[in-house]
Amino acid sequence: MDRVKGLTCRECGRSYPSSPIHVCEFCFGPLEVDYDHGAMRARVSRARIEAGPRSIWRYADLLPVELTADGEPPVGQAAGFTPLVRARNLGEELGLEQLYIKNDSVCHPTWSFKDRVVSVAVAKAKEFGFDTVACASTGNLANSVAAHAAEAHLKAYVFIPTDLEQGKITATLVYDPVLVAVQGTYDEVNRLCSEVADKYRWAFVNINLRPYYGEGSKTVGYEIAEQLGWRAPAHVVVPCAGGALLTKIARAFHEMQDLGLIPAGRTKMYAAQALGCGPIVTMIKNDTDVLVPVKPNTIAKSLAIGNPADGYYAYRAAKDSGGYGEHATEDEIVECMQLLARTEGIFAETAGGVTVAATRRLIEAGRIPRDEPTVICITGSGLKTPDVLHDRLSVSVTIRPQLSVFDQALADLKSKGDIA
Amino acid sequence: MSVLVRIPTPLRSLTKGAAEVQGSGDTVGDIIQDLERQFPGLRDRLVDEGGDLRRFINIYVNEEDIRFLEGAKTTLKTGDSVSIVPAIAGGR
Repeated sequence: MDRVKGLTCRECGRSYPSSPIHVCEFCFGPLEVDYDHGAMRARVSRARIEAGPRSIWRYADLLPVELTADGEPPVGQAAGFTPLVRARNLGEELGLEQLYIKNDSVCHPTWSFKDRVVSVAVAKAKEFGFDTVACASTGNLANSVAAHAAEAHLKAYVFIPTDLEQGKITATLVYDPVLVAVQGTYDEVNRLCSEVADKYRWAFVNINLRPYYGEGSKTVGYEIAEQLGWRAPAHVVVPCAGGALLTKIARAFHEMQDLGLIPAGRTKMYAAQALGCGPIVTMIKNDTDVLVPVKPNTIAKSLAIGNPADGYYAYRAAKDSGGYGEHATEDEIVECMQLLARTEGIFAETAGGVTVAATRRLIEAGRIPRDEPTVICITGSGLKTPDVLHDRLSVSVTIRPQLSVFDQALADLKSKGDIA
Repeated sequence: MSVLVRIPTPLRSLTKGAAEVQGSGDTVGDIIQDLERQFPGLRDRLVDEGGDLRRFINIYVNEEDIRFLEGAKTTLKTGDSVSIVPAIAGGR
C-alpha cells in the first residue's frame, strides 16, 4: 500500500514494518500508522470523497485498509456516515445558537461508533491472516467485534466484565462468539487480555491491532467537517473512556487541514466523563500530565475505564487545542439522557447523558461561547442500556378499552398537571 | 522472598525468551533491582532517568495495579505474582 509506510512509535519515533504489534519494543510507547502524506495528498480530494460510498469507506484514501479490486471494503460495508443533526431544540435549551449532534447511536451495524474502529481492525485482521479476532469490552465493542467477525467468517473471543448490562450481553451472544465473562472491572479484563494477547495468536482489535483500530475513529472527525460543508467546528465535546476518540477527532481535523480539504483553523476539544470515573477530566482540571487511575463507579459503563490507555494524549489534545473537560454526576447523566430524547428525539446510551451534561456545564462556565459552531458526539444507542431509566419512567395511565374511560383518564391527567 | 514475574513480549529478548521468571526481593522495587542483576538492561526499560516507572508500563501484584497499592514500595509475600504489562491497550 503506497500511502502506508509502516508503524512508528509516538514517543521515541522508532519505525516498524506494518504488523500486528502495538507497543514500541524499546520505550513501550504506542505505535501509530505512519503514512506517506505526499502519496495521500496526490490522491485525495473533496470530489473523490463526495463520490464515494455513504460509509467510512468514502475516506478509504485516509485509512490503512486496502479495498478489494472492485472497490468494496473487506468488512463493515455500511459503517459510519451517520447524521450530523442541527440540534435547534437542545441548542435553545442549553443557550447555544449553533449546536450539532454527531449521531453515532445509529451507526451500522451495531449502533455505536465502535463499528468504525472494528471495521478497520477486522479488515486488518483478515489482511494479516488471523483466523480469530478478540477484544476486551464494556459492551459496545463486544457487540461490534462479534458482528464483524460473523460477517468476516472469523472466530471471535469476547471478554467482558460480569456486571455488564443484559442488553449488551444478548446483543453480543446473538452473533455466536465465545463470550468470556470475567469477575472484575473493565481494567482487570483489559489487563488479562493484554496477557492473553501475548500468549495466543489472536487479533485483539484493541490491543495488538490497536494502531489500526484507532484510525477508524478519525472518520468521526472527517464526517463532521464534510457534513458542516468542509469546515471544522469551533468546539467539539467528546465522551472519553480510553481517550482515543478525542485524540483521533483532533487528528482528523489537522490531517484535513494539511491535505487542503478544509481551511486552517482551531477546534477546541472538550472531554466529557462521569464523576464516578473521570481520570482524564481530572488531569485536565488539575493541569497535570500524570494520570491517576481510579476504580470506576458509574452507570456510564461504556466510559468506565479507570486506567485509560490514551489518557495522556487525550489530556494533551484537549489542552493544546484550548479546550477543557467536565464531569457529570449520576443524576445529571440520566436527566440529560432524557433531555436529549425530549428535545431532539435521540435516545442515547448513558455516555450520551454524560456528554450533554458536560456540555451544559461547559456552557454555564463560559468555556463554550453561545454563538460558535459546536458539535457534541453521541456515540451509542440508548436501547442498549434502558435499565438506568426504568425507575424514572412509567406508563402515564392504564385503562380499559372504552372511550369514556379514556376521557376521564385524560381529564385526571390534566387536572394533576401531568400533561398540558 | 521469591515471586513469579511475568515478562511481556517486548522484554523477552532480555530474558532469553522466557515469559515467566523468578525474582527475589521484599518489595516491587527490590524485584526490579533483582531482575536487573539477572538480566542486565531490564531496569532501564522499566524505569526512567529519574527512577520513576515509565509512563507506558503498568505493574500488577497479583491482580492489583501497584498505583493502587504502594507503588515500588509495595511489599510482596511468597506465592505472589508480579505482572509487567504495557499500558497501551483497551478502549471500551
